[in-house]
Amino acid sequence: MLELKRITKVFNEGTADEKIALRGIDLTLAPGDFVTVIGSNGAGKSTLMNIISGRLSPDTGEVWINGRDVTALKEHARARYIGRVFQDPMAGTAPHMTIEENLALAYNRTKRRTLSLGVTKQKREWFRETLRTLHLGLEDRLAAKVGLLSGGERQALSLLMATFTKPDVLLLDEHTAALDPARAELVTELTKQIVEQHRLTTLMVTHNMEQAIRLGNRLIMMDGGQIIFAAEGKEKEELTVERLLEAFQRIRGSQFASDRAVLSS
Amino acid sequence: MFSSVEAGLIYAVMALGVYLSFRILDFPDLTVDGSFVTGASVAAVLIVNGANPFAASAAALLAGFAAGVLTGLLHTKGKINPLLSGILMMIALYSINLRIMGKSNVPLLQQETVITKITAAWRQAGLDAALNRLVSFTGFAPRTWAVLVSMAIVALMVKGLLDWLLKTEVGIALRATGDNKPMVASFSANTDWLIVFGLGLSNALVALSGALVAQYGGFSDVGMGIGMIVIGLASVIIGEALFGARSVARATWAVIGGAIVYRLILALALRVEFLETGDVKLITALIVMMALVVPNTLAAQKERQRKKRRVRQLERGETVAGAETNYKSV
Ligand SMILES: Nc1ncnc2c1ncn2[C@@H]1O[C@H](COP(=O)(O)OP(=O)(O)O)[C@@H](O)[C@H]1O
Ligand SMILES: [Mg+2]
Repeated sequence: MLELKRITKVFNEGTADEKIALRGIDLTLAPGDFVTVIGSNGAGKSTLMNIISGRLSPDTGEVWINGRDVTALKEHARARYIGRVFQDPMAGTAPHMTIEENLALAYNRTKRRTLSLGVTKQKREWFRETLRTLHLGLEDRLAAKVGLLSGGERQALSLLMATFTKPDVLLLDEHTAALDPARAELVTELTKQIVEQHRLTTLMVTHNMEQAIRLGNRLIMMDGGQIIFAAEGKEKEELTVERLLEAFQRIRGSQFASDRAVLSS
Repeated sequence: MFSSVEAGLIYAVMALGVYLSFRILDFPDLTVDGSFVTGASVAAVLIVNGANPFAASAAALLAGFAAGVLTGLLHTKGKINPLLSGILMMIALYSINLRIMGKSNVPLLQQETVITKITAAWRQAGLDAALNRLVSFTGFAPRTWAVLVSMAIVALMVKGLLDWLLKTEVGIALRATGDNKPMVASFSANTDWLIVFGLGLSNALVALSGALVAQYGGFSDVGMGIGMIVIGLASVIIGEALFGARSVARATWAVIGGAIVYRLILALALRVEFLETGDVKLITALIVMMALVVPNTLAAQKERQRKKRRVRQLERGETVAGAETNYKSV
């Protein structure tokens, strides 16, 4: 489904600020895989997500989706296969447009845009039904500007917009990090529910170790631009936060460093 | 006053173009100063050479579209920032407009124009008499209603077209591009293409307006576009302030209204003994400055008062309204 082959990325190459963000990442996700990603600050997690989505291009290496090399495809062309939710609740929606217009924009992710009406009666009904699954009452506020929604509501809407067209790959980059604990928990719950329902192939970055262990069928840990630890199946089920930290120390010979890392919720 | 409304309706088409670039695409496009004249020049030269004035106006529209597309390409493919892309295009168009006209001014006074044609047809139908009877109680009778009515129809058609376009799938992507560009790419829309198309359309409207202004005023002049972007902005800002901009359909009404109100303000200002025709640009700039500064100042003042009230409330030991949050809401 998603294949990353020897991806490297260097920022500001040849200058004093040179920063190797990714050092030869190999990763393959099978259809329906739900992989959680943890790692210290600056480990390269966001850079990896941006390279998969095409916002950044790798220095070397290839990105394959559905058995097709998409490395040369621009972000907007690649988005046909990819759904994304960003950390910043402002990033995933258009604030001055209504909820239904935002959904209409997302609806066309997989379809050519034409000069037919963006929000038809039929679509509106469907949007309402889909919004109902969020249990936030947004189905009664279709004509409300998204800028009026709270961060949690926006993030839930972003999640819906990224997923209701069933992307081949779903990328979540700390999409609950900007929310307070209660709202973060709600969006996490929704994520779990939606990913399971559509069996979406998902890569989810989180700073919450407990959550990374609890969710998904695979877990990877990144540090210094590399994947330094991976667990799946039974091994993942038996993981604990202590064991993860131990593994990090054993491999890196230093303490796991992250100002945002939450060991448990 | 009557002619101010006529002019307002013609300039409203230009203001709708500016609304599209400035508000919808969030792109302050200075091409307008050049493309307005391009529209006027293309129409004037074609008319002088015997073309049908309606066809000449359509040609002006296409020329404006091309100019907007070039600005869009400078920005998206050339990676030049929006302001500079527009300025470069504006300057380039100055020379191009001179080339189109072959001189700095092309008079149209003896020519068949859209305006003369419509007025003639209107006279034949005897519509003025009917309309004048309708308003006879006011004791007011303009020389003809033809221009007012026909230009109102043009402005309304452009408004209707914009309203419809901005509701289509492409239009929604266009609006989202001006609202949150990075997000639009993540939903498979090519923002480069959308910006190029949007600027093309915007400048097509500006050029059409220029073509109509030339035919209405009886000449095309290479300097007639100076400050046009500011006039467009003034119309948009005045309109939004007076009539609101809750939705696209509302905002486009407001822009047309703003364009008319702007002409009326100008006409009133010029009645002041002390002011001269040459002061028009200064007055326009002042209107825009005020329209931009006053709302901010008012908002800041309100905010200060709100804070003061709050401090007083706290001093009295009252609970602050709104402190109780509903933790169930997300
Ligand atoms: N656009 C950029 N320019 C320069 N350096 C960058 C850029 N983006 C990320 N980096 C650097 O690359 C490294 C990886 O960043 P990032 O992928 O954001 O880490 P993470 O998301 O794991 O915290 C960091 O050291 C960061 O400072
Ligand atoms: Mg990050």
